[in-house]
Amino acid sequence: MRMSDFVVRDAIIPDLAAVNKEGVIREMAASLRAADCFREADQEDVVRAILKRELLGSTGIGRGVAIPHTKHNGVERLIGTVAVSPNGVSFESLDGEPVQVFVLLISPQDRPGDHLRALENVSRCLRDDNFVKALRGATTRDQIWSLLEKYDH
Amino acid sequence: MESSTLRNCFVLTNHQGLHMRPCGAIAATAARFQSSVTVSLPDRQVNAKSILDLMTLGAPKGTELTVEVDGPDAKDALDAMAGVFDRLAKGDFDEKDET
Repeated sequence: MRMSDFVVRDAIIPDLAAVNKEGVIREMAASLRAADCFREADQEDVVRAILKRELLGSTGIGRGVAIPHTKHNGVERLIGTVAVSPNGVSFESLDGEPVQVFVLLISPQDRPGDHLRALENVSRCLRDDNFVKALRGATTRDQIWSLLEKYDH
Repeated sequence: MESSTLRNCFVLTNHQGLHMRPCGAIAATAARFQSSVTVSLPDRQVNAKSILDLMTLGAPKGTELTVEVDGPDAKDALDAMAGVFDRLAKGDFDEKDET
């Protein structure tokens, strides 16, 4: 599995406007909804599910990256999107630092294998400092997509 | 105190496998000790003090993981790691089917 297999190109956000955790999750969910990844009726429920997961422990894992995620039956297959906040957002990260790079994942219920493979792939990519640095510097959707294809580990 | 290397194997019996929260708990626990702590699959070994490294294992239910500790507090570190895997086996990280 590669990031380009599950990241929805049309939902990539190169310049997040949100300035807090809930705003980031809402903006990314709205972008996936706008790309027809799930029904409008499910959007609020998806947002609430991701926020509920954050209450169990922040998915801001340090080094300026976060992987908010949830399971939801509003999606038929595992999907994701990538967003970059040029100024960074406070996300209650493990290291207390603001987050610039977000990878949001939504998987169908009871498909733990798919979720683990996506997490494995995202982690491999985000472990590469050059990839994260390049993402932070990207300013367009096409640039981010090119980076996903170039750095897919 | 003498340095020593200790290891133990743990099989993932929880439905969700080694997802983000258990990785976080393992990393936080391993970080409390001076000893180096690694988690291995047959073909890969990662630093257990890094949540990002642990997540790259992508280990599903049924996987056997080897934990190896090396350093002055190796026994305490291995006991603490066993505690985390025990919580994982009991379903502490799978409540409400969250990840």
